[in-house]
Parts: sequence; structure tokens; C-alpha cells
Amino acid sequence: MIFRKLLVGAAWLLLAPLAHAALTIEIVGSGANQIPISVVPFAGENALPQGITAVIAADLQRSGLFKIVDPAGVRPEPHELAEVNYPDWRTRGADALAVGSALPRSDGKLEVRFRLLDAVKQAQLDAYSYVIDRAQTRATAHKIADLIYEKLTGDVGVFSTRIAYIVKSRSHYELQVADADGYGAQTVLASKEPIISPSWSPNGAKLAYVSFERKKPIIYVQSLVSSQRQVLAQFKGNNSAPAWSPDGKQLAIVLTKDGSSQIYLINADGSGVKRLSYSSGIDTEPSFSPDGAAIIFTSDRGGSPQIYRMSVSGSGAQRLTFEGNYNVSPRFSPDGKSFTFIQRVSGSSFHVALQDLASGQMQVLTDTRMDEAPSFAPNGKMLLYATEIGGRGVLAAVSSDGRVKQRLSTQAGDVREPEWGPLLKN
Amino acid sequence: MKKVLLSTLLVSLLAACAGQDVKDQPQAAVEDRAAAQTQAGADAKPTGQQSVTANPLKDPSNILSKRSVYYDLDKSDVKAEYKPMVEAHSKYLTSHKDAKVAVQGNTDERGSHEYNIALGNRRADSVKNMMNVYGVPNSQIETVSFGEEKPRATCHDESCWKENRRSDIVYQGE
Repeated sequence: MIFRKLLVGAAWLLLAPLAHAALTIEIVGSGANQIPISVVPFAGENALPQGITAVIAADLQRSGLFKIVDPAGVRPEPHELAEVNYPDWRTRGADALAVGSALPRSDGKLEVRFRLLDAVKQAQLDAYSYVIDRAQTRATAHKIADLIYEKLTGDVGVFSTRIAYIVKSRSHYELQVADADGYGAQTVLASKEPIISPSWSPNGAKLAYVSFERKKPIIYVQSLVSSQRQVLAQFKGNNSAPAWSPDGKQLAIVLTKDGSSQIYLINADGSGVKRLSYSSGIDTEPSFSPDGAAIIFTSDRGGSPQIYRMSVSGSGAQRLTFEGNYNVSPRFSPDGKSFTFIQRVSGSSFHVALQDLASGQMQVLTDTRMDEAPSFAPNGKMLLYATEIGGRGVLAAVSSDGRVKQRLSTQAGDVREPEWGPLLKN
Repeated sequence: MKKVLLSTLLVSLLAACAGQDVKDQPQAAVEDRAAAQTQAGADAKPTGQQSVTANPLKDPSNILSKRSVYYDLDKSDVKAEYKPMVEAHSKYLTSHKDAKVAVQGNTDERGSHEYNIALGNRRADSVKNMMNVYGVPNSQIETVSFGEEKPRATCHDESCWKENRRSDIVYQGE
């Protein structure tokens, strides 16, 4: 169970034996049927500097799969199982209910207790308790949202993940990392020269990126723990488009040291560079399949930029996209069955698209117009991308069926080049 | 970390200097093409006897002061109108063996950052390849791509986009 792996440093234990009731809540496609859930304010929450249930509700709502039922007015406000009067919640249309408490302990830590209840079957679905430092309050709220999401949809929650992106203000560039809901942004690198193409290592501990600080594109790898960084590739010409292999031991990169932009493999310590693609055109934007056996990439070897797939040894390149004359920025889905990319529909209209590998069926997911750099959430259910609204670069998200659309960022400056980080496995 | 900051600062200062030259150039490469072509024959001669005061690379009446090649959307071929200018620089380079140039490729802001890096590289390469044909060895030419990252014009329509689909020839020390 992924959820348990997510618990870093937070002591947890199961409360009562779980009923493991079969879910009565039917999910028919993302966003088609929203699960009505009420998240009741936790006992003791008001005394905390930041809330818990507001974060949980916002997470669930943002996924598009839940309808938040307002709990206001139910008296007494339930925090424990015995205090729940199920008909109150059925009347309001809630199929599920989250109750709990966040109370200080004598050692200064916080004990957060939480139950997920099926209001239809009048049964407990899950219950957890965490002893946390107060600084972990928000992270714990995300973990609870992940638990609810997984329990009620059957898919892994991604509310505890992080995202990386670039903020440009005038001629100032910052590589930032933030929680998936945009909170807690931290600057990883600030520069007066452009930064592009951040790429998360599979364990979430490092970022590879391309910086122009030495007047040309050079690839760096930086630890998010120590902030230490090293040059990964600074060969003659351009060094760009880093993509980690699923085992984190190698990266696919793009170099021009031998002529046109071509794809190479390099060890994560910068050793052992090896050329993979041999075309006379442009080969760039590599993305590994989840099993590490294949790479999809952009190539204009056929006259216009299109998406191709080759084996990780560089052999058997095969064209995948045939609609339109500009298809770029491919990324494998986490299950390896599909890929996302950017399709240019007319001269200045760029959209996020999704293509099934087996059938070749393609779907345009977005109606925004200047879309770039799509990346999958680690559960494959949402895609994060950059677009432009009102002349400003912003981040947006769309569900993989195109039904749920979100705008993620309203901060100042141009935000671009997002990449959704991995699930943390500690 | 201090080292990084310092080198970043130095790079920024260098960039500021380099940027100055680029900005100072008349952005007339497109409009001025008739004049450029008629001057090509006269000014492209080896300039071994150049005067002490007049730097042909800076003299606005000299084709060598023209530095930019412009491209159509998605294209990287050097159009015929820019050949006299590239030829003039090639002749300057073959007669000044110690001179070196960087050819900087750029694109407009649309599309993928990474694909634009590659496209900018190909644009710079197209100028380099033409210089090679005119006899300039690779040792005197370095190509670099800025992709869409360093736009000269910053509006969001074709008037700026066409200005940014460009390669610049920048001499070492400028």
C-alpha cells in the first residue's frame, strides 16, 4: 500500500479494526460522477496556525472527482464515530464523510486522528492516527487526502507529490519546487540567464535541468537535499533535454557535439556518454518508457517534427504521430500505454494531446491555446502543462480524459516548463 | 556556492557587454538588403590594408557591420538575400586567421523550448556550413543556440516573431 510508504517520520497506527466495507460509491470515469463527500472540521483544528480539513477538501475538489458537501450547521459537529448521525449526512447528499481531531500532546507534538466513513452503508472505511510535528500539518492533510482518494477511487493519490517549474520575471529566472497544490514554493536555483527543462530523478531527490549561465545550454544535476550540484554534460555545442531512466542510473540527453541535435545516454555521474540516435535531422525531447526499454522523442527526420519511438539501444525507430505538421514534447504515461505531446493545430495554436500506443487513437485534451511541456501526475490521471492566459505564462492541469481542467498558478511572473514529481518511496 | 554566484555574475556581465553590441546594430538586415548586396563586391575584399581608425566590422557603411540572418517559420535555410553578407564575413575570416566568430541561433517563442533549442542550433549550423563552403575552417566558428530563450523583440505577434527567427554573427571580443 503506497500510502504507508508515504509516511515519513510520522508515527502512525491503525485505530479500530477496519470494516473494509465494499464501496457503495460508483465511479464512472473521471469527473463524470463526482463523489459527494463532506469533510467535517477536525476537533482542535481552530487552534492550529494552518487548517487541515480545508487542505483536504481543496485537494479532493481539485481532482475533479469529488463534490464537497458543506458540513456547516450539523450539530453536534461529529469528530468521533459515536458522534456521527448518518441521516444528517444522507440528507445533505454526502455519500462519504471524513471526521477527526488534531489535538496537542504533552510533548508538544500533534496527534491527528482521522476516520473515513461510508454514509450510505453507515460503516467505517478507514481510520488512521498520526503523531506529527506541527510543521507537518499540511503534509499530513495531503496524506489524508491521498488516503481518501485511493480508498474511494481505487487510484493512488498524488496530493503529497511536488512539482518543479521555472518562474521568469523580467530577466530573472528561478527554478522552483512546490507542493502539487502550489504551496510551499522553494527556489532551487536563481539566475540571470534562462533555465529550462527541469527533470525529477525517480526518487525525487534530485533535479536535472538546463542552464544558460555559461552562455550556452549546459545540463546540471542538483540535489534537493544538500543543494549541491554538478555539471552532467557540457560538451561542445548544446547540452539539453535531460530525462532520467526509471532506475535513476542514467539520463537520456540531447547533444550537438557531433553535428545536429541527437539523443545520447549518459550515466547519472556524467560518465560514459553513448550516442543513441543517428539521424541527419533533429532528434530531441527523449522520454523513457516506465519499464526503461523504450524511448519516445521528437524528430523531424521525416520533414516536420513528429513523435517517434525507439528501443533504449537506439534501434527500431518508428514514427507514432501522423496528424498535423508539428507534434513535439512527448512523455510516456506512467502505465506505459499512452503518451502525451503538444500538437500545433494552426500557426499559433498549441494543445496538449494524448495518444494510445496500441490503437494509435489521438485525443486533444485542452482548449487553451499556447500549451507547452505536458507531464503526467504519477498516477496518470492528471497532466500538468504550461500555457498562456492574458499574455502571462501560467500552469494548468487537465485530466487524462480531458474532462477536468484546472489552472494551477496565479503567482506573479511567467511560469513555465513544469514537471510533476514522482511518488515518494521512503 | 560563492563560486557559482561569482561565475554567474561574471557571465551576466559578459552577457551585458555582448548584448550591447547586438542591440547597437541597426536592425536593418532585412530592409537594407539592396544596399548590402551592392556593397558586397567592394567590401568583401580581403582587408589587410584596413585603416587604423576604421574597423570594418563596426562601419555602418560596410556589409561586415550586418550580422543577422532571418528565417521563415520552421525553416533554417539561409535565404539568397543573406548570402553576400555571409560571404563577406567568410572572406574577412579567411583573411584574418586569428579572428573567430560565434554564430548564435534563435527562434520565436512558439512551440517547445527544447525543439527550439535544436532549431536554433540548425539555424546557426546553416550559417556555419555556408561559411565552410566559402573556405572558413570550423576552428574559426563556434555555433550556439539560444532557442527561444533570448528574444531580441518581446511582443507576442509576428512583428516580433520574425525578428527573433534569426542567427547572429558575433566576433570574439565583441
